[in-house]
Amino acid sequence: MGLDFGGARSLSADGGPVDENIITTTIDKVVNWGRKNSLWPMPFGTACCAIEMMATLASKFDLSRFGSEAIRFSPRQSDLLIVSGRISIKMMPVLKRIYDQMPDPKWVISMGACASCGGVFDTYTLIQGVDQFIPVDVYIPGCPPRPEDLIDAVMQVQQKIAGGEVPKGVEVAV
Amino acid sequence: MNNEGGTSSPDNGAESPFVLQKLQENYADALLAHEEARDGVVVVVGKDDAYALLEYLKTDAALGYTYLVDVTAVDNSRLESELVKFGYARFMVVYQLYSYQGHCRVRVRVPVHERDLRVRSVTSLWRGANWLERETYDMFGIDFEGHPDLRRLLMPDDFDGHPLRKDYPLRGRGERERFNFERQNV
Ligand code: SF4
Repeated sequence: MGLDFGGARSLSADGGPVDENIITTTIDKVVNWGRKNSLWPMPFGTACCAIEMMATLASKFDLSRFGSEAIRFSPRQSDLLIVSGRISIKMMPVLKRIYDQMPDPKWVISMGACASCGGVFDTYTLIQGVDQFIPVDVYIPGCPPRPEDLIDAVMQVQQKIAGGEVPKGVEVAV
Repeated sequence: MNNEGGTSSPDNGAESPFVLQKLQENYADALLAHEEARDGVVVVVGKDDAYALLEYLKTDAALGYTYLVDVTAVDNSRLESELVKFGYARFMVVYQLYSYQGHCRVRVRVPVHERDLRVRSVTSLWRGANWLERETYDMFGIDFEGHPDLRRLLMPDDFDGHPLRKDYPLRGRGERERFNFERQNV
């Protein structure tokens, strides 16, 4: 989880070592390092999966170990949307608006079978996968997934950020 | 725990529960059926008498069923054994009441025919019935007369059909596919 610096030591013009406290890196790496270790999640918990999400945030599993404990209930302050639970057709416009209100760059975790594909609820009112409407970066299988699975998903998002990967929601001009 | 005797008259002993005695005294004609269920007394009453009987249960000082726990309905259309009992009334509207005096429960069931889905609203007795009746309207299409604001509660306003009816298909009738996700009044 450390900072992967470009070159830890370099030589000064006259060939001698520079002061040991100077490190060199690229601005992207520093920014991504900061981003990945301070994700602010926006919880969108609509069903039983949200209970596991709460457990993940609480002391036993403690998501703050990964820098993601600053839960924001305003989408304008967050950059990681965790969709945990069933989304009905009536709720989908709400979710979409919340996603739209989050500032870029933003990532989305689709937690559990229901959010990812409707789960067992192929019924008259349920969205069969939120990725039909908003771009999802990491899916978590399970019903419900264990807190470890959510932690794993957050770490996968972190890896994506550290690797400089562009979030799914960003349209890149080619 | 379960004192079915209600706020007891001293001599009701092992006979039928107090509330049932009172109802049989005052509403003998209205009662279509009654039974003692595990969690209290169940009475079936025609819909023309339902409001008066519920009001009596609520306001009678000795009974005091002041708490309306739930209003819901049952669609018996696939259950022949239930249908034959009350003249092939498709729906049963169910009121769950609780008395804080006797710590006991009464379930009032009202048969409703499909050809006339009107039932008098009890919002004038319990303001809390407002959303319960809206939900029952939403899910079963029961038309609560005198309700101040009988709109759908759970489904979108422009939804067709009543999903908890037994003839409603599980995957709907295309509402999911037709839904306008761009709507702004969310
Ligand atoms: S995936 Fe399972 S636990 Fe999660 S919201 Fe759906 S039913 Fe509940």
